[in-house]
Formats: sequence, C-alpha cells, structure tokens
Amino acid sequence: MFEAILINGAMLGGIYALLALGFSLIFGVAKIINLAHTAFYMLAAYAIFTSAHLLGLSAIPSIALSVVLTTLIGIGTYKLFIERVREHETTVLILTLALALVFQECMLLAFGGHFLGAPSFVSGYVELLGVRVSNQHLLTFGVVLASLFGIWVLLSKSKLGIAIRAVAQDREIANLMGINVGRMCLMTMAIAVAMAAISGAMVAPIFVLEPRMWMYPLIMILAVVVLGGLGSIKGSVAAAFILAYTETLVVFLVPVGSFIKGAVALAVMVAVLLIRPEGLFGVAFEEERL
Amino acid sequence: MKKGLMTVLVLCVLALVAIPACAPAEPQVETIKIGVIGPMAFVQGEHHWHGAEMARDEINEAGGIKVGELMMPIELVKADSNEILSVPDAAAAMEKAITVDNVDFLVGGFRTEAVLPMQDIAMDNQKIFLGCGASHPELCARVAQDYDKYKYWFRVTPINAEYLAQVNFLILGMVISVVKDELGIEQPKVALLMEKAVAAEPLVQAAHMYLPAMGVEIVGEWRPSPTATDVTAELSAIKDAGAQIILTYLSGPVGIPYAKQWGELEIPAASVGINVEAQKMGFWNATQGKGNYELTMNMYARVEQTDKSIPFYDKFVAERGEFATYNAGTYDAIYIAKEAIERAGTLDSDAVVAELEQTDYLGASGRMAFMPNDTAVPHDIVWGPGYITALGTQWQDGELVCVWPPLGEAWEGITYEGTVAYELPPWVIDYWKAD
Repeated sequence: MFEAILINGAMLGGIYALLALGFSLIFGVAKIINLAHTAFYMLAAYAIFTSAHLLGLSAIPSIALSVVLTTLIGIGTYKLFIERVREHETTVLILTLALALVFQECMLLAFGGHFLGAPSFVSGYVELLGVRVSNQHLLTFGVVLASLFGIWVLLSKSKLGIAIRAVAQDREIANLMGINVGRMCLMTMAIAVAMAAISGAMVAPIFVLEPRMWMYPLIMILAVVVLGGLGSIKGSVAAAFILAYTETLVVFLVPVGSFIKGAVALAVMVAVLLIRPEGLFGVAFEEERL
Repeated sequence: MKKGLMTVLVLCVLALVAIPACAPAEPQVETIKIGVIGPMAFVQGEHHWHGAEMARDEINEAGGIKVGELMMPIELVKADSNEILSVPDAAAAMEKAITVDNVDFLVGGFRTEAVLPMQDIAMDNQKIFLGCGASHPELCARVAQDYDKYKYWFRVTPINAEYLAQVNFLILGMVISVVKDELGIEQPKVALLMEKAVAAEPLVQAAHMYLPAMGVEIVGEWRPSPTATDVTAELSAIKDAGAQIILTYLSGPVGIPYAKQWGELEIPAASVGINVEAQKMGFWNATQGKGNYELTMNMYARVEQTDKSIPFYDKFVAERGEFATYNAGTYDAIYIAKEAIERAGTLDSDAVVAELEQTDYLGASGRMAFMPNDTAVPHDIVWGPGYITALGTQWQDGELVCVWPPLGEAWEGITYEGTVAYELPPWVIDYWKAD
C-alpha cells in the first residue's frame, strides 16, 4: 500500500502543480487573481479534442494549435477586459469569474453537455515499485519538471525574466527603471495562459471533457497557491503535493470517503493556514517570492 | 406637411392592426400536450426528447389519440430541467411546464434528487407524470404512503433501484461463474465501486447483505463522487486489495474516466455493474477503446425482447446516430399513456390513472405493467421473467452486445435472440492464471 500511495500521490501532485504554476505566476507578477485560469485549461482541452477528433490532426500539431489558440484568446481577454481594471482587485476577481462562466456556456453551446474523451498522446502503462502508472500520467509528470525548469531559466537567466521579477518586486521602481510594466504584465499573462493550455493538453486525456471541467481544478489551484503562499512558485509546487497526498491517503485509508477526498485536502489547507496564515512559503521568504 | 405625415402614419398603424383581425381565423386543432422534462443539454434529456418524438410522429401519423369520439394529435412541449447541474432549475421547469405551457401530461425526469421535488409539483397540480429516469424506490413508495396525492405518478423506466440491485447480482452471478470456471478461483474477491449518490444507497446495502451468500468476499467499498474525473487512486487501491471483480454503480460522468483508466492500466479485475456512460455509443470514442469488456446493465440492445425491440433500436440509431439509453423509454411511456387515455375515453386525470393501473403493454423494452396498489411500491414498473427483465450488455471490440440473460436459457428459461457469451478481459485471465 505504501508504494501505491507514494506513486499515486506523486502523479496527482504533478497534475495539480502543472495546473497551479501559471496561476501562481500571474498572481506573483501582475497581482491578478485570474479565476478564468482553469477556464483556459478547459478551452485548450476542447481545442485538442476538436483538432484531434474532428480535424484529424496528430498529437504534436494538436497541442501546438491549441496552445497557440488558447494563448491568443488569453491575450485578447487580458487586453479587452482585465487590463482596464487591473488596479481593482475585486473587480478583476468578479470579471474573471464571469469570463470563466461565459467560456463554459460557449462550450456548452458548441459541444453540448456530453462527456467527451480527449485522446491520450501515449497509451499503456509502466510499473513503478509494483504500482501501475499510465504513460500519460508519466508524461504529465515529465512536463511538470520541464515546466519548472523552463520557468526557472526564464525568470533567472533571461532579460525578460529579470524584467518580470523586477515588476513583481516593485512596480513603480521598475517603471522608473524604464521597464514597460504593462507589457510585462501582458507577457506574464501570455505565459500563464500558455501554461494553462499545456495543462489542458497533458491533463485532459486523463480526465473527462465537459463544460464544467474547470470548476474543481479552480478550487484546487486556489487551495494550492494559498497553502503555498501567494506568489510563491516553490510554495505552490510543495502545496500541490501536500494536497495530492492528502487526497490519496483518503482513498487508500478511508475508501468509503473517497467522494470527499477534495474536502479533506481543503480542510488540511485550512488547518495549516490557521497556524501559518501567510501560507507555507509566504511573507517569510519575500526575496524569493517567485 | 407635418399634420399630413402624422395622418398617414396613424392610418398605417390602423391598417397593420386591422388586417390580421380581418383575416379568417385558422381552425384551432385541439392537441394533447405532453411535457417532456429532462436535462436537455445532456444525453439523458436528448433521449427523453427523441424517444417522445418517435412516439409522437408514429401516433400522429396514424391519426392521433382517440379521446371519446375525437382524434387528438400529440403536441410535445420541451422542458429543460437542467437537473444534472441544478435541482432548483428542475423545480422551476416543472412549474413552468404546468402553469405556463399548460401541459396535460408529463414524461421524463432523470436524477432522483430532482425528480422528488418535480413529482411533488406535478402531484399538487394533479398532473400525470410518467417517470423515465429516476430509480429510487421512494418515488413509488410515496404512492403507497399517500395514494390520493401521489396516484398520478407512474415509473415506466428504469426498474427501481432494488430491482436494479437484483439484476446486478444476477449479472454478477454470471461473471462469478465465469471467474470460477476460467480462473479456477473458488472464492472470488469483489470490490464495490459505487458513486456517492442517493440512488446508489439501496445497491450498496444490498451488496453487503447478499454478496457473501453468493460465495464471494467483499474486499472494500470505494465511493467516488459522481463527477470525479480521476479514479486512478481508487483503481490502484482495488488492485492492491486483490479483487478479481469490480461491481460498479456509476451514473455520472465518472463512468468515462473510470472505464478509460481501468482499461489503460489493465486493472486485473472484471468490471460489471451499472455504468450509464457505457450504455452510450460515444463511450467507445470517449474511452478511446479502453472501455472494451466493460459490462453494464441496460434496457436496450439489439435483441428481441419483444417484436418491437429491434425496430425501435434500429430506428433510434438511424435517426440519432447513437444507441438509445433507458431515458428513451419516453417512447413506451407515451404509447402507454395513449392506450390508457383511449380506454378511459377522456383526459380526466383520475379516469386515466385508473386505466394506467390496468396497463399490460408490449413495449420496446419488454412487457410493461405496473405494481398493484396493495404493494410497497405501487405504480412501479414490474420486473421479472415475462415482464421487463433488463439486460446485461458488454462492449466487445467496439460493439455493445447483450450477454445477459445468458445463453442457454440459464436464467428462468430466457435467452433473447441475438445474445452472445460474456468475455473476461484477456489481461484479467493472463494476470490470475499466471499466479
């Protein structure tokens, strides 16, 4: 049982981390709580379904097309709606939630409420420590690691990344230093939405496609970033695995309660926040918030 | 100039009003309005509607329903209950159908949680409501508890949850025999994987009561949410527990990731039970074929339960491009209502109720009659040999075939023409025989 918990928890943690990375990035830099983040994940998933099933494209072109398309939608959404109200946090919250609901209804209109399956890019399974893991889960885990590395390289080694971090640390000073704050927020939004789209590509084949598929992941990624410490990517990754292991423990130790595994994970989050309100890697690590 | 313009304008408006008023009145055809209430954005509601459409078209083509001396065509009214997402929406839809659309009868309903309040609204308005989706016995137990209020409710499909449990156990019994014979396991282990939903509770209780007597050991009970999207952990735990059989009750979307992940990981346990998603043609593509060998209870398959079964099945597939789920039982429901109205000779609800109670109708899913008033579940569809038996259907290489009642008339002397043998998944055989 221990091996099964270890492996299953790791795979689920990878999924949550991948979903939360982009969300944590846009909040950490642009201070935007984008409640439509998982709606972009949903759009990408439907885009992959459309390109694979209806247009007959293979895996790589499907992923590329859906990531590009979703990112463009994300950029358009930011320019048309979010940028105008960026300074008003409550307005951004409500606006992005409304946008998510609009996207949901659009998918309902276009595809109906039918439950669909996105194609897996790799089929079959391997056995790790005697536990069967699907190749799609392993691929997702690999993409999480690659994404983390990519973000680290971007933020620490590239001029764009340094500019993004400068904006995250102090917007006014960054502006005075000649950094175009608006453009940095736009670039961060584009990167965050692209990551949501990549999540859709990797995770959608594991789950089921339906217009409400963005809701539960939204709750979980909010829990992940709050538990990890708002704006801390390192914290988000750690929190993703904590919540994933909590859910997995419920399934294995209290199987009749597997329908509330999510609620138990959220209860753990609440318990941690009561002890440490800033989250696991919150204010105490200000200088490495990203 | 302005005065002249105003005069012309007034004359035009008067003309626009007068012309329709002078036109000869179109003769008003009196229709029987039947409300079809279901989650119309989902396959359940779509099949409610299409089953009703098929019945309407056939009946109207033949002249309509004879009410006394009058032939009245059927007019269908679509009522979107949205019950999968919102129970309050379902109640509102029922109210509208009755008070705004003024329907004479109602067919449909899907989620027990939503049908309970919808039933109350229909009963308060003394509207006959033929249920075509919710299985909880409570819906008919209410008829016994308060006959005068609830007598207008009849359940046409599916069979109630307790009968579903019995059929499930009969189908499970077939799988247990195959596991014993082919794998040489004397006491197979069964894992219960049943979504947390009201309609699942009778089945869970029945499983704990009866499975030990069937010579199996229950190794665990997993209760995922009906909307769970990942049950990999549950499947890992089931494999860890050493189960050779998984008994399912999955009516929600969880049925797709369950079957896909079960097949992808080749969990070495035969899957049997209720998986509503597996009743649909889209299941094969949604699981990318990984749902092969999934066995689910069903009400329709391409077998001859009656001489109406295969024509109904073929026509539904031809018109909709997909298999009929049990929600398409609105087809039989409307024919049952037609016969009751014709016998009563009136649309009066009480008179029609009295005739509905006498129903003995050969429908697409079998011989249909309702439980008498002196039983615990009056107005419930009768289940058993010679009546509705339900079916066990298994996906075999892209085809959904009937495997229960089994070949050889092994159950009550019944085997429907077109039935084939049940197949254990090959990876299950390889895994357990290698041991």
